[in-house]
Formats: sequence, structure tokens, C-alpha cells
Amino acid sequence: MQHQNRLRPFFENITFDRDDNEMILNFGPQHPSAHGQLRLMLHLQQEMITKAHPDIGYLHRGMEKMAENMIYNEFMPTTDRMDYIASSSNNYGFALAVEKLIGLEVPRRAKVIRMLLLEINRLMSHLFWLATTALDIGAMTVFLFAFREREYLMDLIEDYCGARLTHAAIRIGGVPLDLPDNFIADMRRFLDKLPENIKDYEDLLDTNRIWRMRMEDVGVVSKEMALSWGCTGPMLRASGVAWDIRKEEPYELYSEVEFKVPVSDKGDNFARYRIYMEEMRQSAHILYQVADMYEETIKNNQTDLMAHAPKYISAPKIDIMTQNYSLMQHFVLVTQGMRPPVGEVYIPTESPKGELGFYINSQGGPYPYRLKLRAPSFWHTGILTDLLPGHYIPDVVSIIGTTNIVFGEVDR
Amino acid sequence: MRAYTPKDDVQAKSYYTDRFYVSPQVAKQDVSSDEVFAADLEAIKAKFEVLEAYIQVEQMVVYINAKDNVDVIKLVKEELDYTQLSEMSAIDWIAKSGQFEIFYQMLSMGKRKRIRIKCFIGKDEAINSVEKLFRSADWSEREMYDMFGIEVNNHPFLKRILMPYDWEGYPLLKTYPLEGDEFAAWYEVDKIYGKEARDIIGPEIRDTARVDRYDSERFGRLGHEVPKGTKITGNEPKTPLAYQEEGGVFMIDRFDEEKSVIITDRNR
Repeated sequence: MQHQNRLRPFFENITFDRDDNEMILNFGPQHPSAHGQLRLMLHLQQEMITKAHPDIGYLHRGMEKMAENMIYNEFMPTTDRMDYIASSSNNYGFALAVEKLIGLEVPRRAKVIRMLLLEINRLMSHLFWLATTALDIGAMTVFLFAFREREYLMDLIEDYCGARLTHAAIRIGGVPLDLPDNFIADMRRFLDKLPENIKDYEDLLDTNRIWRMRMEDVGVVSKEMALSWGCTGPMLRASGVAWDIRKEEPYELYSEVEFKVPVSDKGDNFARYRIYMEEMRQSAHILYQVADMYEETIKNNQTDLMAHAPKYISAPKIDIMTQNYSLMQHFVLVTQGMRPPVGEVYIPTESPKGELGFYINSQGGPYPYRLKLRAPSFWHTGILTDLLPGHYIPDVVSIIGTTNIVFGEVDR
Repeated sequence: MRAYTPKDDVQAKSYYTDRFYVSPQVAKQDVSSDEVFAADLEAIKAKFEVLEAYIQVEQMVVYINAKDNVDVIKLVKEELDYTQLSEMSAIDWIAKSGQFEIFYQMLSMGKRKRIRIKCFIGKDEAINSVEKLFRSADWSEREMYDMFGIEVNNHPFLKRILMPYDWEGYPLLKTYPLEGDEFAAWYEVDKIYGKEARDIIGPEIRDTARVDRYDSERFGRLGHEVPKGTKITGNEPKTPLAYQEEGGVFMIDRFDEEKSVIITDRNR
């Protein structure tokens, strides 16, 4: 007996002919270079793509719905699962949005530690991008090299918060912990070595014939297209728009550090690759400066890690353990949650992938009334609809690689 | 008496509310306090009706009529240099006023300013698509349709984007429970095993924190294993833990040189 609604077995990636000789190729959702769970339906004339239809949602967990049913602090670990390659950036974006909503000023040392975490996350994300994209193209050595360096950074993060992938290392109002003793020294040792490492990658790739053929003049995103599709981050900067939120709308301490924003007007895969490499150098440059800032805070005895706002933020542990009122406050904040003022904010931050925005609509309750996550990868996936036609099948892999999409963030 | 739970909003509710608590407001500034925003607002006001406008957290919020949305965004894009539509979505106010609030978050890179254009539509009304102005609205509007069921006129491909095509219900509505509705509970069972298997498999439990101590099938009873389907009495004998390495569990035979045939000739 056949049942109408039953899932029938089918063969994945089957190709079939139609009358007009057009083939439809099903790419993913389990393709190793689909970077997670991307399904692409590609219409082909010979090997050329005439129409591309990205299908997403295989990793949809309904984070916006979950946010409406969680108190603000409860939602923090959930943000880790968005861009899980650089999870502190998501933590930070959410924390900053809530801080702007309640109008909170974060202590200096917390800001410095957050800057460290953000830039380490950027390095981790870019190294991961380099590794996986090179692997997709076939450069196995670069993958091994880049993962080795990423491992050092993961160890640093592990020293700080105990987690390697899902950090939850930032709290609304500050950071939970001070840096461990050896952190700055370890980080400096890593950064001193990093230029050599980046040079190794470039020696392997920059003049590599295969790499250049797969990258140059492939996947050209024009400036108009990038703007119209809401592209941000390296995708936008590779298309000739010098827009980095860290520079243009500085948050945290980015106005105090000196760094350059690499831009290219080529818009192709190679331009994006160059921008990722250059941004790694700039991140290292920022990290040196922030390390100095951290040592200054020690000198100036700025020891606070969390903002003082008894209505929203629990007091330090020592107060909770010794003072009755702090304990009561802490109890209320943990069991009921903070109640931010009525209003709405949209706060963008420059995550490694692009503009990560949190729109929060608060009605004064302990749960957000509406929380919209603006994840950059969502539109970087959407642009494939317009970008892929005219390219050949192997280009699909390199284009998906350089868009740097992470599906935790696309599907949320 | 049982507490009344409203059916039009089934999201988590604060279990303690102080009747006399007045929520503070995020400060709103007058638009005239910022020159750039004031000029932008004048340009919009010259052609369209503006219901309300203010600045909140450094961004201007402009309420317009829903019928003007495409024209206003066209004006803002082409004449006021807001070249990017960062984000757009809806907010469900059906329980309060029977309306959806739709917001368009725009960015001007030249002016380094962000504005939010908002409008209200009724529960069963449609909104016009801005996809012709910003390609990014293609996917945003699809997501909005998928999550709220808001129809978008003139959209090139208004299909669900995150949920499966044959899904029923709109997950971000306030009437939609967090753990899913009746349809969601049976969706995968019907899809994979067929409707006739419902009695055998049972509905999908989406509450991940739920633990049934009498369930011998879904819960690993480490050290007290019982055959599948056994009724748990609580007096099960303790089964000693055993590991394959110690020869306790038979899964894979260890490599034994004595019993094996070793091939040395590749071309055999």
C-alpha cells in the first residue's frame, strides 16, 4: 500500500535531462563544501549554471522564538550557536544591544577584555575560513597549517573561559572573569609568530597557479549588487565599499586603537581572500595595542569587571555572599530576570562575517517582546541566487568558500 | 480558581508582576535635535504623511502609512542616500490591536546614519514588496512571510524559506507555542513513517528537558539496562559495566595474528 504523505527514497545529487537539455543538479545539503547545511538547486546548460536556487533552513532552531521565551541572560548561551566559529562576537553583539537598551556603561577593564576576545575571535574565524576554503580548493597543507594556529587561539580562549567553541564569555554589563595570569604573555608569543605563519600561507597560495585560476575573476560581486543585497564585512569591502563598523561607527574601544581597513575594488574571490589575509594582520596589530591597554588598567588599578547597576546586573560575588540586599537583588535577577525599559534598539557590530545586528523590542517585561537577529551570512547566501548564474560547477565551491557563510547564523 | 491564561499570546509570561511597577522608557529625542535627521524627515514629510517621528538610541524612527512603504523607501534610497536595507521584519501586535508592525532598518554609509521606517498593517492585509529597490528584501520578505504569514504583493517568489514548504502555521506568531502545535508534533512521524505509524511511535516531544523515569526506551539506564519495552519496577538488578577492551562486550574481534591470514604478495 502506498501512502501519499510518506517520504519516498530518492537518490541524492541525481541529474536528469529535460526536453531543452537543461539539467538540474542538487548540490547539498550534505555536500562537504556546502559549509554546513546548504542545498543548492542548480540549473545547468552543459557545465554552466543558468539558474541557482539556494534552499536554507536545515539548521533552523527558531532562535528568535526562543528569545521571546527566555530572560535576557538566559539567551546569552544561545547566541553562541549562531556563528559558532566566532561565538564571542555573537555574545558581544547581544550584550551590547541590551546594554544600549538599558543605558549601561561598562567598566574599562571589561571593555579591554572584550576587545581581546573579539579580535581573537576574528582571527579564529578568518583562520578557519582560510583552512576550509583552501581545503575545498584542494590545498590540504594550508588547512593543516591554519588549523594549527587556530588551535593556539582556542587554547587561549580555553584558558580564559574553559570553552573552546561555544564560549559564552561575555555578560550583559561586562565580563565574568579577569584574564588568567599567563594570558597576555601567551597571546604575545602567538602574535609574534603570526606574521611568519601568514607569510607561510601566502607563499603557498599567492603564486599558486591552481589557487589563482580558481580565485581570480571568479564570483565578481559589483558594488551595486553588494549594496543591494545587504552585503557587509569582507564581502562588501572586496567590492569597493570602505565600510567597517569598527571604524565608521566605533563601539567599545575601537576609536582608541589604530588599524587600517583593507578595501579592494575587484570584487572577485581573490580580492576577498586578500582582504581576509590583511584583516588578520590588522587584528594582530589591534591585539598588541589592546594588550598594552590591559596592562595600563592594571597599573591604574581599574579592577571592575561588571557594571554597577543593581536594577539590572547582579552585584559582585563577594557582595552577594556578605550583604543581604545584594543577595536579594541577585535572587530576583536570577529567578525573574532583569526588566529593561520599554523601547527598541537596533545595534550593529562588525562580526568577522559582517554586520551582526540585534534588534530588540522590549515592552518592559523580563522577556524581549521581539528579537530579530540580523546575521550577515543570511544575505551572503541569498546573493548566490544572482552570483552563480554564468559560472561553472567548480566555481560554485570556491564562491561558497569565499562568501564565508556559516549555517548556524543563516538559519538561526 | 485556575489562573486565566490568554489564548492570543502563549509566550512565556513573567510569573511575578508588581501591580504598581511603572516601566521606565528608553529616552526619545525630538528629531530637530539632529540636523541630518531633521533634513531627512523634512524631505519625507514634503511628499508623504508621517504619523510619528523621533530619535531613539541615535537612530531615527519614522512611522508612515503602509500604502506608502515602497514610495517612501524609494525616496529614502534615491534622494536621501540610504543605500542599504540592513534588515526588515515584523512584530506581532495582534493580541493588542489586531495589527502587524513592519520595520525597515536602513543605513546611509555617506551620512553614517541609520533610520528605521515603520508601518502598521491589519491582520489580514498584505504589504507591497520593496524587492525591486533592494534585492536583500527578497529573502527578508520571504522570511517574514514564513514566520508571520504576512502576504507580500509583487514578490517574485513568495515561498517559505526556513520552514519546510508543506509546513502549517506561522512560528513567530504570539499564538504559536514555543514547543510547536499539534501539526508540529506529528509532522516528522507522518513524513518518515506514515500516518498509520502514529500509534506505534507517538507524537514528537519537543520539550528537550523532559525526562520520563518510567520510559525504558528513550532513556539510557546506565548500569541498570533492561530489554526494550520492559516495564520498570525500580527493583532491577544492577548490570555490571563492561568494556570491550576488557573482553566484556562482544562487538568486534580483536586482531589476532595467529588466526589471521597475512597477505604479502600484492598481486596475488
